Amino acid sequence: MEMHADLVFKALADSSRRKLLDRLHENNGQTLGDLCEHIDMTRQAVTKHLKLLEEANLVTTIWRGREKLHYLNPIPINEIADRWIAKYERDRLQALDNLKRALEDQNNG
Amino acid sequence: MDKPTYVYVTYIHTTAEKLWKALTNSEFTRQYWFGISFNTDWRVGSNLVAQNSDASAGITGKVLEYDPPRRLSYTFLSIQAQGKEEPTRVVLTLDPVGELVKLTVVHDQFTAGSKTLESVSQGWPMVLSGLKSLLETGKALAIPHPGCSKE
Repeated sequence: MEMHADLVFKALADSSRRKLLDRLHENNGQTLGDLCEHIDMTRQAVTKHLKLLEEANLVTTIWRGREKLHYLNPIPINEIADRWIAKYERDRLQALDNLKRALEDQNNG
Repeated sequence: MDKPTYVYVTYIHTTAEKLWKALTNSEFTRQYWFGISFNTDWRVGSNLVAQNSDASAGITGKVLEYDPPRRLSYTFLSIQAQGKEEPTRVVLTLDPVGELVKLTVVHDQFTAGSKTLESVSQGWPMVLSGLKSLLETGKALAIPHPGCSKE
């Protein structure tokens, strides 16, 4: 799991790769050719970045006839959010809950 | 052929049989899928109703494919979209990869300008996250969802 998180963080730590994810968010299911059209990167660079994104499971591909379509897969990002955000949010809620109990106990005491 | 609207992939540390059960058995879906239960006999062509925890219908559809533990497909139309939109289609594919199972969710056939689209795009990542957590740790995540009471 942690190894996979490393892949995700590494894949996200690059503005060109984030740009590719944004392009897929705007228009999901694009071919390599589609992705190269409106982006200031060589086809080679796009191919390389897509490979890393696929390894991190941030991009998933399916074949439609002879076309390989690329899709944004937000699942790993959601897992990171659960792991790194929901956890801390829960702690904060717990702290508020404890404060509330302490104050209520004082009032009752 | 239209291209699919959404393709989601998650890898879960489990067996295809357990994952299949978690996808089709309400005892499990209730725990990670915003409390919903699937009311269906899972026969191809049968009706399917996904009931909310308060027993109201949330989603209706028909079973298209039931091939355990590999491929499951059904149509999917939220109650809010009844009569306004055509049913969408969900295809779930389970592929064992070593100690993991790759689960692919393809959701397509959305009506142009569909209102279901947005809620679906927010829903699947949460559902799949909860499913993964349930199978790997035995506990679903406490994901807040409007209309679902907190434990």
